[in-house]
Amino acid sequence: MIPALVVFAYLGVVLYIGIFAFRRKSTGDAAEGFFLADRSLGQYVFLLSLFGTNMTAFTILGSAGHAFSNGVVTYALMGSSSAFLIPLTLYLFGTRVWALGKKHGFITPVQMYRDRWECGHIGTAIFMMQAILLVPYIVIAVMGGGTTLNAVTGGLVPYWFGGLLVAVVVMSYVFFGGMRGTAWVNTFQTVLFLTFGAVAIVFIGVSIGGFPEAMQQLLDSPDTEALMTRERVSPRFFFSYMLIPLSTIMFPHISIFCLTAKKMQQFKKTIVFYPLCILAIWLPCTFLGLAANAMTDVPAIESKLEARHVLTTERDGLTAEDTAELQREAAGDDVIILMLEHYAPLWLAGLLGAGIMAAVMASDSQILALSTMFAEDVFAHYGGAARFGSAAQVQTGRAFVVLIALIAYVIALQAPPGIFGIAVQYAFSGFTTMLPLLVAALFWRGSTKWGALAVVLWTALTMTALAVLQSTVPAPPPGVTVSILSLNGVDLITRTPGGTDVLGFMPVLPMVMGSTLLMVLVSWVTPKPSPVTLTRYF
Amino acid sequence: MNRFLIAFAVVALYLLHQDYWYWYSAEPLVFGILPIGLFYHAVYSLVAVGFMLVLVRFAWPEHLESQADDTDQASAQESEH
Repeated sequence: MIPALVVFAYLGVVLYIGIFAFRRKSTGDAAEGFFLADRSLGQYVFLLSLFGTNMTAFTILGSAGHAFSNGVVTYALMGSSSAFLIPLTLYLFGTRVWALGKKHGFITPVQMYRDRWECGHIGTAIFMMQAILLVPYIVIAVMGGGTTLNAVTGGLVPYWFGGLLVAVVVMSYVFFGGMRGTAWVNTFQTVLFLTFGAVAIVFIGVSIGGFPEAMQQLLDSPDTEALMTRERVSPRFFFSYMLIPLSTIMFPHISIFCLTAKKMQQFKKTIVFYPLCILAIWLPCTFLGLAANAMTDVPAIESKLEARHVLTTERDGLTAEDTAELQREAAGDDVIILMLEHYAPLWLAGLLGAGIMAAVMASDSQILALSTMFAEDVFAHYGGAARFGSAAQVQTGRAFVVLIALIAYVIALQAPPGIFGIAVQYAFSGFTTMLPLLVAALFWRGSTKWGALAVVLWTALTMTALAVLQSTVPAPPPGVTVSILSLNGVDLITRTPGGTDVLGFMPVLPMVMGSTLLMVLVSWVTPKPSPVTLTRYF
Repeated sequence: MNRFLIAFAVVALYLLHQDYWYWYSAEPLVFGILPIGLFYHAVYSLVAVGFMLVLVRFAWPEHLESQADDTDQASAQESEH
């Protein structure tokens, strides 16, 4: 009960910060005030908020769960690659987006694409694609909220109510606080989960009598030895996974956030400190997820390990339903919470639960980004702002916040477990596939709106094909692959336990190669924007 | 700072991330707890910090900021008139 009270108190504090604290009257345009905090965020709020925005349920719960099942490879896959590539993309693209936004008054990336390529409806197609890809990410947060509250309260709060509570709290402070409220909540949350992450690792380490014994135990057991190396993933898969962090700058909430900085100088600290923040969060999460394999005195973890053992040893005799059920049991998205429950005293488990909630609730920026895009790219673009005024535009954005939160909640109730897989397969791969849009808009004079449309259509086509394939062919048990398409004995497309492979690579590799090729070829043969427009950009 | 040098450093860091040499190695356990592959990538993250520091110190795109500031001043002057 105590952890539940602490988490509820935390939700109250977040609501207060988001709605009431740091509230101030907008100095300029109402829409710019609500959606971009008047482009006036200071450097530390910018750093912590940008980082917090990017660290979600996927990071805390998903990474620990992935490390629990796959071992140390998790940090190299997403942690160190993000530590290198995310600040690099902020340096290369984020600064340019900021400068163009300030120069031309853009509030969303779609406004930039429309202006850059002299297009209207193609911009709407980009908006729709981005919105479709962003929704799963928001769903993940609601699911994470439900899982976390359910686990922290020992089942007292059911999954459906936990998800609902998270959706309502986030919706409320985004609705009232806009970008300023959201940024401050994110800042508070980032400080919280950075602090509590460190506390968690120390406390669990002390409680189990030190990590060296646990690590040696993992190394000595044939069942877990492989988790200490990267042998569970292939070098091709690992290589192609490196493309995933490139998606970050294409997430609308990140590119919109780049527009909130007061000065471009504020990017400097963010770019330098970002890898450190990644290290501080991802390394403990990966390590704790890995170490959980040695914590067989925690009954819930023990049953996960048993389910995994059955999946591995008896896979030939299992029905599809049994396999799916065992996969659900073996999933490790809640291992950090289970460890905290078992090893930390009640008061500390509550505080740490609040820290996890802080990361889980980072969906606020995505919800705000979607409402910003709807208000700017659809409502204002199609004459709504001119006819009804800037205040009506803000109200439309707010109404959209409510709508998105409701949709995300309904989907979260239906969605299957496996936070990590859903996020990577849909949102991240899709946004990486759309990266040529940003690169071409910023660096290539010869790019055209038709090239942009080709990229969007390709993204939609490949994402749909991936979704259809993965829903038609069920995931095989660990260690087994199912060939979907082969040529001369070479498997071209393979269904794997974690998703789909193309020649051993993640689908994102051919997807982004295709979108790049289409951007180049289609732009090559279609009319360029006018010289007047080009001189404004180059 | 030379653009080719930056591009070279980016490619080098990209390649250094693909550390096939520790693929099947768990030992030594650094500090008694970190498998060598995990330790390598923790150090890699610190190297990334150093690279970012070099980028913002020696290759900062000042011209972007001045362009945006010029626009600010121009619009401020317009509104005064």
